[in-house]
This record gives sequence, C-alpha cells and structure tokens, in this order.
Amino acid sequence: MEPILNVKNLTMNFGGLKALDTVNIAVEKGQIAALIGPNGAGKTTFFNCITGIYEVSEGRMEITPPGKSTQELKGLKTNVVTERGLARTFQNIRLFEGMTVLENVMIGRHCRLKSGIFSAMLRPSSQKDEEKKAVNDSYKILEKIGLEQYVNEMAVNLPYGAQRRLEIARALATDPFLLLLDEPAAGMNPQETKELDDLIIWLRDNENLSILLIEHDMKLVMSLSDNIHVVDYGKKIAEGTPEEVKSNPDVIKAYLGDESEDA
Amino acid sequence: MVTKKEIKLSFFIGLWFMVLTFPIMVIKVNTITNTVIFRWPNLLWVGIVCFFASLIWNYLLRMKEEKKKADTKDDIPIVHRLLQNEKFKIPFLAALAIFFLLYPFVFSMYHTSILISALIYVMLGLGLNIVVGLAGLLDLGYVAFYAVGAYTYALLNLHFGISFWVVLPISAVFGAIAGTLLGYPVLRLRGDYLAIVTLGFGEIIRIVLENWDDFSNGPRGIGNIPAPSFFGHQFGQHDSVIYIYFIVIGLVLMTIFFVNRLENSRIGRAWIALRDDEIACQAMGIDKFKTKLTAFTLGATWAALGGVVFAAKTSFINPMSFTIWESITILCVVVIGGMGSAIGVIAGALVLILLPEYLRAVAEYRMLVFGALQVIVMVFKPEGLIRSVRKIYKFKKVKE
Repeated sequence: MEPILNVKNLTMNFGGLKALDTVNIAVEKGQIAALIGPNGAGKTTFFNCITGIYEVSEGRMEITPPGKSTQELKGLKTNVVTERGLARTFQNIRLFEGMTVLENVMIGRHCRLKSGIFSAMLRPSSQKDEEKKAVNDSYKILEKIGLEQYVNEMAVNLPYGAQRRLEIARALATDPFLLLLDEPAAGMNPQETKELDDLIIWLRDNENLSILLIEHDMKLVMSLSDNIHVVDYGKKIAEGTPEEVKSNPDVIKAYLGDESEDA
Repeated sequence: MVTKKEIKLSFFIGLWFMVLTFPIMVIKVNTITNTVIFRWPNLLWVGIVCFFASLIWNYLLRMKEEKKKADTKDDIPIVHRLLQNEKFKIPFLAALAIFFLLYPFVFSMYHTSILISALIYVMLGLGLNIVVGLAGLLDLGYVAFYAVGAYTYALLNLHFGISFWVVLPISAVFGAIAGTLLGYPVLRLRGDYLAIVTLGFGEIIRIVLENWDDFSNGPRGIGNIPAPSFFGHQFGQHDSVIYIYFIVIGLVLMTIFFVNRLENSRIGRAWIALRDDEIACQAMGIDKFKTKLTAFTLGATWAALGGVVFAAKTSFINPMSFTIWESITILCVVVIGGMGSAIGVIAGALVLILLPEYLRAVAEYRMLVFGALQVIVMVFKPEGLIRSVRKIYKFKKVKE
C-alpha cells in the first residue's frame, strides 16, 4: 500500500544554506512517526515545506489520502494543503488570542464550511444550520480533547498545557488524515506530558489518524513512535524503530558528539 | 494614598515645566514700547498646576496597574452587561430609540445637523472597523472610498439627473469595485507597508479629483446636489435636514445589523483569525488573500454609502472634503472607540465628532482639550472606550 505521506529528495535552500538536503520520509497509514534531531537540524523547516509555508527548492511531496488517489503537494498554498487533509500545530503556540476557545476550534472548521458574505448578512436557513452544526461539531472536539470546561474562555487566558491541547483540537477540526505536531510537549510538566501521550495514542486509535511529530522529549518519542526519522544538519541520518535508532552510532554521534573530535 | 516617591516626582515635574514654559508664560515683550514684562505669578501657577496634574496622573496610573493585578478575570464593559441582561435590554433600547426619534423635533436644526455628521462617521467607523478592527489591515486611505461615493452621486446626478435612492445602491457597487481594484494589488503587503500604500492611494484619488477639471470640476467642486426626495416630493430646507437625519438613522441601523451578523459568522471569524496570526490562520485552511479582499471590499462599500449621504447633506462637495485628515479622524474613531467592537466604534464616533462641536465653549483651546482627551483615553483605556466582547455560546450538559 502507498504511504500516506511520501516525501522524496526534499531539498530546501535559503540562499546558500541548505536547510534540508535530499530528505526522504514516508509515513504509513495509522502510524505514529517521529522526526527528531538536534536543534537547528531542519525539523520545523520540514514541516514548513510540506505545509506550503516555504516554497521548496527541489523534490517531491506526495500524499495519498485514505480512499483517494495520490496527489502532489508541491506548489500548493498553505490553506489548500490543509484542505487536502494535513493539519499542523506550532512549536511556539499560535492561538488566536482575540477569540474564545470554541471560536478557535471553529476556525479549524472554516475550510469545511461554505457560507460567504451574503449568506452571513442575510442568514438564510442553510447558513443557520451550517453555523449550528459547526458550533456543535467544535464542541464535540473540545469534549474529546477534554477542554469543554473552557469553552467560552478567551484562548489567551488558558493554562499552558491547555493551550497546547487547544492547538491540537483546532488542527483536528480541519478533518485531517495526517496530523503534524511540532513539539507538542515543549514546556509541559511530567503530568501534562503523560496526558499528551495518552491523547496522541487515543487519536491514532479512535480518530483514524496518522501522526508525524517533532519532539525533544526522548521518553515520549520512544514510548509513542512506531517509526523514527533522525535528521542532522538538514540530512537524514537514520530511520527505524525506537530500538534501532537508540543503538545507531550515527544518531549517538549527532546527539552526543564524536569522541575522536574531542581528543 | 499618595506615595512619597510620587510627591517627589511631581515636584520635579512641576519644576521642569516652570523652566520649560518660562519663555512663553513669564516673559512678555512689548514691541511698541520696547519693554519686557516679567509675569512671575504665572510661573507659580504653572508649577502648582503641573504638580497636581502629575500627582493625579501617577495616582491613576498606579490604580490602573493595581486593578489589573487584582482581577485576572477580565471585566465585561457595562454596556455589554446591560445588553446581555434581558431585563434591562428592552427598556434600554427603547429609551435609546425614543431619544433618537424625538431628537430632531426637540433640538434645533444646528444640533440635528451635527448629529447627522456624527452618524455618518458611525457608518464610516463601522465600515473601517471591518478592515482595521477585525481584519487588522491598517488602511490610511479609507477616505478615497468615501470620495468615490460622494462623487458618484454628484456626477451621476449632474449628468444624468439620477436621484439619491437610485444612486445609493449604485455607489455601493462602485465602492466595492474600487475596493477590489485597489485591494487586489496592495493586499500582498502587510502592516506598515500596506498603510503607506493605502495612504498614497487616498492622496492619488484626491489629487486626481483636484486636477481632472473636465471630470470633477476640479477644486471648484460640484454644487447644487439635491437632497433626497420622498417618493418624488422634495422637502424644504428645514424638513430636508430632518428627512436626511432619518435616512442616516436607517442606514446606521442597517449597518449595525449587518456588521453584527458578519462579526459572528464564518467570514467574520476568519477576519479575526487573520488579524491575530496570519500563519496559523493559513494553516487552518483560510485563504488569506480572499479573506483580506472581502474585508477591504466590504469596508469600501460602506465608505461609499457614507459618501452619498454626505454629498446629499452638504449639497456641495469638492476635493478638500476628502483629505488625509478625514482618514485619520475615521481611524481615530475606530481606535478610540475600541478596535473590533461595534458598540465601541459607535460611541467613539459620537464622542469624537460631537465633542469638538460642543467644545466650542472653550474657544481657542478646543483642539488642545480634544487632543488631551484622546491621549488620556489611550493611556487609561488602550483597548478603547468599549472593548469588544466575543459571543458566548451556551451548551446543555449532556454527559456527566
């Protein structure tokens, strides 16, 4: 079966700097894949490339949504990528601060709704029904993520862990088949990380999602991932199950340095 | 109550102002008799006034900080609380309706006329609020679309004799077209760059109107623009003002009605998301460009409607009515009223337009007092007179 995300020879140049150099990453359906690497290795750049925030220099990025044919992502605008079923969260939380928690999730529903200016002004029954459904769907998502007690709070007033979860809720609202999580556990305490661990597994098992995550918390990565990709200086240096990656000499070198260099 | 530190600070501020204002407040040169008079008492007054002003200022600033610390839960503005309370809502709105209904019959034509201008600014403010307050696009050339509306009426009437009521929808369409035409190339820019480009565009429109003599009559403007008719009946001057007053009230109500609906719709939420975080907004599947363009176009539509009413009210327009100062005034209405808050913008327009008129009592200090008030509002209420409050959705607790 085709992998649902298949990135081939992805290269990203910033002027003379090669942030990503012929990277190949494939994510299978129903998998939790992790992308790890030292700081500045190009992990977030990878996310920005596939979601269309950066215009990639070379390579192919193919997606095969469940039950659909293979499509190329290269050259698509960010919002179109989201419409095709890739949703992401951000390393530094990027919520809409002037809106309530529910409205943040409703923004996620945006690309699945239709009503335009005139129907907003005149409110025909089709618009009312759509709006009502959007509110209810969004509320259901909040219930799933466990944020329903905050429903009418301003997003900015939420505790830190809840803000991270809200980002995931917002991404879920776009009906994705692949969820891209950029350091979801950053800054969380052990208790919150544990809950996140459960949430991610729950999402895979119950929401029919595949997940690709960037994370520095190795305990979380090792316990969650089916498959780990390691990048360093824009190059992919290893791939495999947590056990394989843990014992890979190149990975140890990238994280801990080379003994011969210190001598 | 007042700390020692504040007293000390205020003392030095008083002293500093005594030095600063010494040349203008104390020395008086009589050029005819060639004598210099030193008005020492003035120096004392400056010192005392500045000392107490500084004391109050610092005290209020401290109170504001303490209040912020005390309640982390943000308090809802009183107007919103009134409107949310069903018991007060109806009498409150009824009282407001009666006031505005009787206004032109109780007060003189002068007062009605001022209120009409203020209400036109309510329309313009609500229109610009879509662009600046909701979508976060800083537009400094908003007056251009106001001019488009006004000249649409003036010219169509001059050449083809088309009446007010027919022009109203036409001008809305023209405004929308102008908004789209300008928006299309410039909305790729953001922030300050967008502000500069729109500023330039506003000036271009004015300069074209000023110099394209055959088209717009140049700086001489267009006169004898007829007031709106009532099913073919033309009112006398006095009744005509009252009639326009009610037309504006109607248009303002329509604006509030639509803007309110837009704010809590799919499009309105997209605007706010775009304002809060452009990248996250796109990542959530919102087409940035399309969303910006709708905001810009809608804003322009309301400006054009306002322009038609303005032309009908003044019966004479020339390019001098559409300078950059108009854009800035409308922007002030939005910022001081409260960005993104419709009620705030309405309050802002009424305060900002009516206040200078009624401040004529303080004659030459009018603009000084006006400016000081603006500064005070921005220091103590940076979110505007009445800040925006998002809609609350109620859910039945199903699961327990």
